[in-house]
Amino acid sequence: MSIVEFAEEEAERRGSPRVTAVYLRLGAFSGVVKDALVTSFEIACADTKLEGSKLIVEEVPLVVYCSKCAERRAVSSDHWFKCPECGTDMPEILQGKELEVTALELDE
Amino acid sequence: MTTQTRLVEVRQNVLKQNDVLARALRERFQKAGVFVVSMVSSPGAGKTALLEKTLTLLRGKYRVAALVGDLATENDAARLARSGAPVKQIITGTVCHLEAAMVESAMAGLNVDELDFLFIENVGNLVCPASYDLGEELRLVLMSVTEGEDKPLKYPTIFNSADVAVITKMDLAAAVEFDQAAARKNIEAVRPGMRIVHVSSKTGAGMDEYLGLFQPRKHL
Repeated sequence: MSIVEFAEEEAERRGSPRVTAVYLRLGAFSGVVKDALVTSFEIACADTKLEGSKLIVEEVPLVVYCSKCAERRAVSSDHWFKCPECGTDMPEILQGKELEVTALELDE
Repeated sequence: MTTQTRLVEVRQNVLKQNDVLARALRERFQKAGVFVVSMVSSPGAGKTALLEKTLTLLRGKYRVAALVGDLATENDAARLARSGAPVKQIITGTVCHLEAAMVESAMAGLNVDELDFLFIENVGNLVCPASYDLGEELRLVLMSVTEGEDKPLKYPTIFNSADVAVITKMDLAAAVEFDQAAARKNIEAVRPGMRIVHVSSKTGAGMDEYLGLFQPRKHL
């Protein structure tokens, strides 16, 4: 289900005429590019209860697990899967694949 | 009159529908005893050429079929049908990737219980296919030697989502001065420990190791 469809259904269910904002958690490894999402969101909102609404994106960093340090490590683009402390490869992703709607702002 | 606005908390994984359907497909494939392989790559990396070769080589011994996704045209299905295996084209229209629901409806005419292998060729795109589970057992990401060794660094998500990297067009490696060690290093950077195989669909080099990736579930 698309973000717009979901938000419209929620608004309908809660008796709201208009959605003014959608809060979204977006992981660094979700496969979705933030700018492209924001642009297409605007287009997808046309002629729906979301027309003119804001998409508020919370970017979630990639967090992987270092088995040597037994620690969670937040990592970024230079070394996605290498422990910044000990240099061990860390293939296990704990966080960063999110693509989820967490809240909606609805007009009464 | 002023409008009151309220904030409501919800929790909805946007891709949940696809994930649920993909899980159901995976169970169905396992029950049917068919090994399902999907292929992703940029446009022109050689998915169709490799798949045609794959179907031709496996067909002598196994029952194979393929689903192939494209935005438009049935050209790839026509090309793959030369292998003699059943092939179905999935036309996605404006959609830049395959989704589990498209695989499910394309399977309608195929009897998966009577297959050993089903191959799914995704739309040529290194971005969106990463997010959609298709219920496959093995996902191959193809990268041709002509694309540059840094492809994995530019598209880390899709390389990370795949199980095996297949370097294609190895017959051109010398001509384009392909740096195998650099490619390996870049793949390792986005998916540590990823298995890498090198093939040429044209000369057949590397095909034995590549075909060894596919394990039939049914006893012959």
